[in-house]
Amino acid sequence: MHLSANKRATYALAELGQIALLIRDVGASALTFKISWRDLLYQIYFIGVKSQTVVLVTGAFTGMVLGAQTYFQFHKVKMDTATLAVVGVSLCDELGPVLTALMVAGRVGAAIAAEIGTMRVTEQIDALRTLATHPVDYLVVPRIGASFIALPLLTMEAIALGIGASYLVGVELLGIDPVYSWDNMLHFTHDVDLAIGLTKAFIYGGIIALIGCHRGLTCGLGAEGVGRATTEAVVYASITILITNFFLTLALSRLLGQ
Amino acid sequence: MIEARQLQKSFDGQKVLDDVGFRIENGESVAIIGRSGGGKSVLLKHLIGLMKPDSGEVLIDGENIELMNERQLLRVRRNFGMVFQGAALFDSMTVAENVAFGLRRHEHLTEAEIAKRVAATLEVVDLPGIENKNPAELSGGMKKRVGLARAIIYEPQIVLYDEPTTGLDPIVSDSIDKLIIRVRDHLKVTSIVVTHDMRTARRVSNRVLMLHDKRIYASGAPEEFFASQDPVVRQFVDGVADP
Repeated sequence: MHLSANKRATYALAELGQIALLIRDVGASALTFKISWRDLLYQIYFIGVKSQTVVLVTGAFTGMVLGAQTYFQFHKVKMDTATLAVVGVSLCDELGPVLTALMVAGRVGAAIAAEIGTMRVTEQIDALRTLATHPVDYLVVPRIGASFIALPLLTMEAIALGIGASYLVGVELLGIDPVYSWDNMLHFTHDVDLAIGLTKAFIYGGIIALIGCHRGLTCGLGAEGVGRATTEAVVYASITILITNFFLTLALSRLLGQ
Repeated sequence: MIEARQLQKSFDGQKVLDDVGFRIENGESVAIIGRSGGGKSVLLKHLIGLMKPDSGEVLIDGENIELMNERQLLRVRRNFGMVFQGAALFDSMTVAENVAFGLRRHEHLTEAEIAKRVAATLEVVDLPGIENKNPAELSGGMKKRVGLARAIIYEPQIVLYDEPTTGLDPIVSDSIDKLIIRVRDHLKVTSIVVTHDMRTARRVSNRVLMLHDKRIYASGAPEEFFASQDPVVRQFVDGVADP
């Protein structure tokens, strides 16, 4: 039992070390400015454009549920017109970036790990290396770069659609006063809330792509190895996002003076 | 010139290479033979820095590649081309994109020049006009030829072949052998062929190294090697199982 715990700790430390080395390699590669713009654009399309449906549906229905639930509680104390303000702040600060990141981790993190993992088990990554191409330059940097760009944009879409959907539910379905509601939302939702949300989205973008690439590059042999890497990419990215979110909330609120 | 000195490699405590050493001169064509699972492919991967030995060193033109990091190795690998056992073609790319990969990454050529070089190289491997096919549409022999085209398009000095004829019928194997000889003679490259196909070893090499029991057991010119009366060599060459 003691040995097993030791082994687990050693394994976890080794994994962290590998991720640190991967971050160093990504930094070194980015500094050479040998980025393939074609690959970067394709990855932005794959991560950003192709994730829109799932992210927009998530944003809209989260906004609607949040709006309805907030209204049900606030209606008891005659604060109906504060509903949209709560929705705005919640979506900008927390739900927008976190739910977007979790949805993208499920779709993109898994796809990245599966693609790179398959390349590893079929020796395509070795082939890249024999063709004098660093796998980090060719596979990792475009995906991380694209993820950094795509996540804040997707998050903005999710927030906007969530607020819009919440407005429709509140005003059209539940009968909240539209002018006071909208004015309250603008009054209580500040630029800093959006800045916090987008900073978080940017960081989550890096986490999703980094973990997906790492799991793919280090996956075990065979179909089982690829399957495990894919699952781990989603699980590790999701857990990392949720844990990081707590610390980012504290740090960014203090830094940006909320 | 490629030189391996006292290479040792283990996987999970099981030794695969033990004190392996040899020297291959420029322009030589060497076949490395040995039983399946005997460490031939592992040895080949050490020569291009895809694997690091537990101890020992590999020198390419006098440079010790064991002291280099992955980025420094990229410079050395520009002199190499490698054909993989399973071809290892990039399955998300067409044949033309696969073959042009090295050119696009390392040479500043126009699209027209790249297309011309790709067509010419596919001609060399007897596969003209298949630029737009996907790797999934190709047979095993065709994949290996495309892999060879990808390896030689930027005219490397050394070409490594990992089991080039494994899994192919005798006629396709014969055509791959001829192709290896053609590439060797036309491009004046150093060829290192890992194989357990005796006919390939006899035809494409001017020296045979036998890896047995984790080390280089025997070495010599093909005619001398295949006439050897050493029982271990004889057993392998004649393909006789242990009693």
